[in-house]
Amino acid sequence: MSDDTVIKVMNIKKQFRNKVAVNDVSFDIKKGEIFGLLGPNGAGKTTILRMMTTLLRQDAGKVSLNGFDTLTQSRLARQQFSITGQTAAIDQDLTARENLMIFGKLNGLNRTAALSRATELLTDFDLTNSADQTLATFSGGMRRRLDLAISLIGKPTILFLDEPTTGLDPRTRMQMWHAIQKLVAGGSTVLLTTQYLEEADHLADRIALIDHGKMVAMGTPSELKKQVGGMQLRIEVADSQQFDQAQTIAQATLRLPVNVNDRILTVLLDPTSMSQVPHVLQQLQSSKIPISNFAIETPPLDDVFLKMTAGKN
Amino acid sequence: MKLTTTKNSTVSNVLTMTHRNLLKTMHNPDNLSDVVIEPVIFTLLFGYLFGGVIAGSVQAYLPMLVSGILVQSILNAASGSGQQLREDINAGVFDRFKTLPISPIAPLAGQLVGDIFRLLLSGVVALITAFLMGWRPSADLPMLVVALLLAIFIGWSTSWIFALVGLMVKNAELIGSLSMIIILVMTFLSNAFIPVKTLPGVIQAIVKVNPVSLTITAIRTILRTGSWGSNATMVFISGLIIILIFMPLTVLVYQRRG
Repeated sequence: MSDDTVIKVMNIKKQFRNKVAVNDVSFDIKKGEIFGLLGPNGAGKTTILRMMTTLLRQDAGKVSLNGFDTLTQSRLARQQFSITGQTAAIDQDLTARENLMIFGKLNGLNRTAALSRATELLTDFDLTNSADQTLATFSGGMRRRLDLAISLIGKPTILFLDEPTTGLDPRTRMQMWHAIQKLVAGGSTVLLTTQYLEEADHLADRIALIDHGKMVAMGTPSELKKQVGGMQLRIEVADSQQFDQAQTIAQATLRLPVNVNDRILTVLLDPTSMSQVPHVLQQLQSSKIPISNFAIETPPLDDVFLKMTAGKN
Repeated sequence: MKLTTTKNSTVSNVLTMTHRNLLKTMHNPDNLSDVVIEPVIFTLLFGYLFGGVIAGSVQAYLPMLVSGILVQSILNAASGSGQQLREDINAGVFDRFKTLPISPIAPLAGQLVGDIFRLLLSGVVALITAFLMGWRPSADLPMLVVALLLAIFIGWSTSWIFALVGLMVKNAELIGSLSMIIILVMTFLSNAFIPVKTLPGVIQAIVKVNPVSLTITAIRTILRTGSWGSNATMVFISGLIIILIFMPLTVLVYQRRG
């Protein structure tokens, strides 16, 4: 373990009654890294995050932040990070500036310092025009931006982001991504949870895949993609009468398992079968099977997990 | 990397939390109306509607009404603590506070210190409304302040009970409506608005042992005679006992949570 390790998670476990929520998860995060915890709803991402941020005590294992143990040195550990939660946990009845001021003071700033830091962050996050309105008038995207701004008021070295862009429109999502990348450029270390493969891919230097409380894989996005396989072929057949025929053609041509759902065929492609895709289209055409939709795309997360967990149980 | 320009003491944490809590009251029309509008409406409504029937005239009714309204307003303001705590917990704001390097008790303390200001505001508004309607206390100003302080003290002791309820009951709306019903029943089944001797025997017995009646009688005596009576001492001690029981209990439940 090198000296620039900022976050260490060692064999943490958490059980709720008879359900094991987190089972023996370990990872290290280096200074300046963006680390993604990726997994479907209920996989245990938030539980891991709650243990790392002192909100929940683990049953076993250890978490240290900048060398401070979250159980035995919790107050010191809390000085090392900020967290932005899944739902914007900010006061609806306060204005954006008041929210920032309160958290500034709680982070140990005096009035003058809190005020100037608040103004700085309002500018950075493009909230100056609404700074003195209560949050009732804020859009979802504005709330998230303010939420992130609040997390940054004490200039934390570690930032935890719990699904920072869930439910945001694409434009606001891009804004959040830029803000996060800017932070890391300034020397912060970020751990984020997400259920979007695209987000983890775009932002994270390394990703841990979490499923059923276990880490099923860890690595850089490209390492993981190699493990998962490549792209997915999706064909939507216009006429349900010809569906079985289309399925037979795809199966025979690609020699890969074909998943069927309603009138949609999906096939996880490996690199060699990619070149066979045009043949599938040709044969569908010569058999006069009209298709209403066709795509080669990154497989959705669910499929990735199906593949990652398949054969391991 | 961390900015530390002032000492992050428990006292400054609690003051910041109190400030936050009061800002919430001032910005939220719902919370503000509980504290400010209700005392005004109730004083006007009861004074002008029932003054004639109960006491012959509004002026004759006011000395009796004012202590009832004062205690009712104070209890109303106190009942807010439970619902506000629960709303903060459910909104995730308290979780966020818990991840900050601050005194862990500060969020709870901010609510309860904020309550003192809300109680004061509510009590003063009730008295001013009555004054504007023509009520003139026979007590002098220092004793008027003493009566107000006693009411606030009792209100604050019940704030701790409501805070405990807020920590234990998960549904904020339920806490709100429960608090309202309890206060309505407790104040209407008391000597707040009506002479007790007009009531049927059983109800009279209930009204006489109602702690709200005892509090109102003590405050009424101070306002009428201008002196601190033995019943006021009893009420003060009861408030003290409530605080001694519920303050540690509420803090314990708060610390155990999560």
